[in-house]
Amino acid sequence: MVGEAKAGKRLSASRENIFSAVRRNLGNRNPNFAADYERISRDYEVAGKLSPEERLHLLEERLQDYGTGVYRCSPEQVTATISQVLAVRGVQSVLLPKDFSGSFLPPKAIEMIYDDNLSYAEIDRCSGVLTTCTVAIALTGTIILRHSADEGRRALTLIPDYHLCIVQAEQVVETVPEAIRRMEEFKTAPITTISGPSATSDIEMTRIKGVHGPRTLDVILVVS
Amino acid sequence: MTVRVGNAAQAPEFLESSKEQLANSQMRRNVRHATDVIRTKRNRVVAEMPDWEALRESARQLKEHTLLHLDIYLAQFEKACTQAGGKVHWAKDADEANGIIRGIIESHGEKEVIKIKTITSDETLLNPALEAAGIIPYETDLADLIVQLGNDKPSHIVVPALHRNKTEIRQLFIEKMKLENLGDKPEDLTDAARRYLREKFLRVKIGIGGANFAVAETGSVCIVESEGNGRMCLTLPQVFISLCGIEKVIPKFSDLEVFLQLLPRSATGERMNPYNSIWTGVTAQDGPQEFHVVLLDNGRSHILADEKDRQTLQCIRCGACLNVCPVYRQTGGHAYGSVYSGPIGAIITPQLQSMQHSQSLPYASSLCGACYEACPVKINIPEVLIQLRNKVVENGDSPLVERVSMKAASMALSSGSRLNLAQKVAQVAQSPFVHDGKIQKLPGFLGGWTDSRNMRSIPKESFRQWWAKRKQENA
Repeated sequence: MVGEAKAGKRLSASRENIFSAVRRNLGNRNPNFAADYERISRDYEVAGKLSPEERLHLLEERLQDYGTGVYRCSPEQVTATISQVLAVRGVQSVLLPKDFSGSFLPPKAIEMIYDDNLSYAEIDRCSGVLTTCTVAIALTGTIILRHSADEGRRALTLIPDYHLCIVQAEQVVETVPEAIRRMEEFKTAPITTISGPSATSDIEMTRIKGVHGPRTLDVILVVS
Repeated sequence: MTVRVGNAAQAPEFLESSKEQLANSQMRRNVRHATDVIRTKRNRVVAEMPDWEALRESARQLKEHTLLHLDIYLAQFEKACTQAGGKVHWAKDADEANGIIRGIIESHGEKEVIKIKTITSDETLLNPALEAAGIIPYETDLADLIVQLGNDKPSHIVVPALHRNKTEIRQLFIEKMKLENLGDKPEDLTDAARRYLREKFLRVKIGIGGANFAVAETGSVCIVESEGNGRMCLTLPQVFISLCGIEKVIPKFSDLEVFLQLLPRSATGERMNPYNSIWTGVTAQDGPQEFHVVLLDNGRSHILADEKDRQTLQCIRCGACLNVCPVYRQTGGHAYGSVYSGPIGAIITPQLQSMQHSQSLPYASSLCGACYEACPVKINIPEVLIQLRNKVVENGDSPLVERVSMKAASMALSSGSRLNLAQKVAQVAQSPFVHDGKIQKLPGFLGGWTDSRNMRSIPKESFRQWWAKRKQENA
């Protein structure tokens, strides 16, 4: 206990040490850092320029660029499209977030496993997972999850080898700044951005699909 | 206080080690190929962005601003992270950081950890420190795994195994993973890594990583990656530890809209890397229920003192400066003797060590300026290099490069036979660089002379050679 207290004291000494070194080396500054922050120039593009249809088209194109399968359908066709896509991929059973509320529940022909506190080993035995997302970025082909009730905890969309994500047209923005601004209200939630299936550029700098995360990613884009 | 940058203090001077690396032609081919691929991809996705220059300028100002008020933003980060259930630790140097991390692992009685790629941990020599305490660190990033299995050293900030080609990696996997059948497609190699690591991801209880960005406003940490090994390490274990340099803090969550555009396009030439994870403290029933951030100084606060030098800390570790550097492309990363190689390594390594070691690194550049142009946060690397060279001279520590080149010149000029020899060496050595009787691009530190001007090639025959021949012919 004495040792621990001593160590604690030493470590808080390091904190003071770092702060005083930082302050000493920076010297006198404008104390109004918030005003300084506001003066930072932001001349980059924030709002997209595309029409809604062009934006959706760009998302499809960019998702496909990274090897994501993209299927467009109307709200009425979602259930049928899910079963069609799962059949194409040969996925027999899908994992669903515990409190999944989507009205487009997968068809009965497919086994649905709800994440009722499953162990990682149990999740590892599931072949695929179905979720929604919060935002999608057309320019970069990105979907963003905040791990809400319909998106599931982070392990769910990570361990299975297949991820099917339902994206609503109104969730699609054109640029990265538009997406980050939409995420502002969820900024302390765990956030995962996904751009295509797991990949690596580590061997000869060439993007190779499929390492540890889901090796196959499909997106169903719902447009009314 | 013991500031350490990997084994840089013990590394040979750049000129010596670069000679050794230049002789390794397979390595040079691999580095040339990989950097060519990445440069082409990067140029393509940067050209797509009409506002690239505006993004660079915003990023530069954001980083400059944050560093100028670093104490305030660090305190904000600490408060927000702690409120969200994280535990913040402060380490003034490498040993202290390693000690804190080791202490956390031992408090859980664990003997293994899974690691996300973090150069900061290479800087502190965390792996050897853990191994000495009987803890096994498993690197899970593919390139780091290749380096670890091969008992090799990282040679690039983003792609540490860039000096290895597909064939070499396949051989290494067969041997170290004890695989009987392994195909030679790149996908076969990634599949082998997936199977090798999956069991560790599901079993090991402690994960360690770095931080690409630490958000002061929310106390969040952001990790940028491709393979999903990062998500595995920061999601599945019970405990996660982030080792984070104090310069990684950014003011607000919304500032990610700048950095998440610049980093992937600069680092791997992708519009967006496959995965970014941003999390804040501990989330009930999702991910590790214990989260530690170790904020590391290790010589950084010292760099803040000078306004020009301070730019060095703006670095977001994209590696773009390495890929465009004519010196790096010739020597590869190992010649720098530091975990930080290339132009950014040449300025960060000696500065972290208070200019007491690695003094030849500021000379490992031709000052051609390509690094400055490629840098997404506009670090004026040539400006810092020149300032550091001045410091080296002021310290009275005339570096090896100068010593050796001056010594070589004086040796050559002081004796006729040696001058002869030097001219002969130059005649042969110049041959790959001569086009139409002009030298247009010299390698290594000599390149500074030829980047903006051509040099007349050295004549095939020196005056002495001509004179000797003429005498023979007339005899």
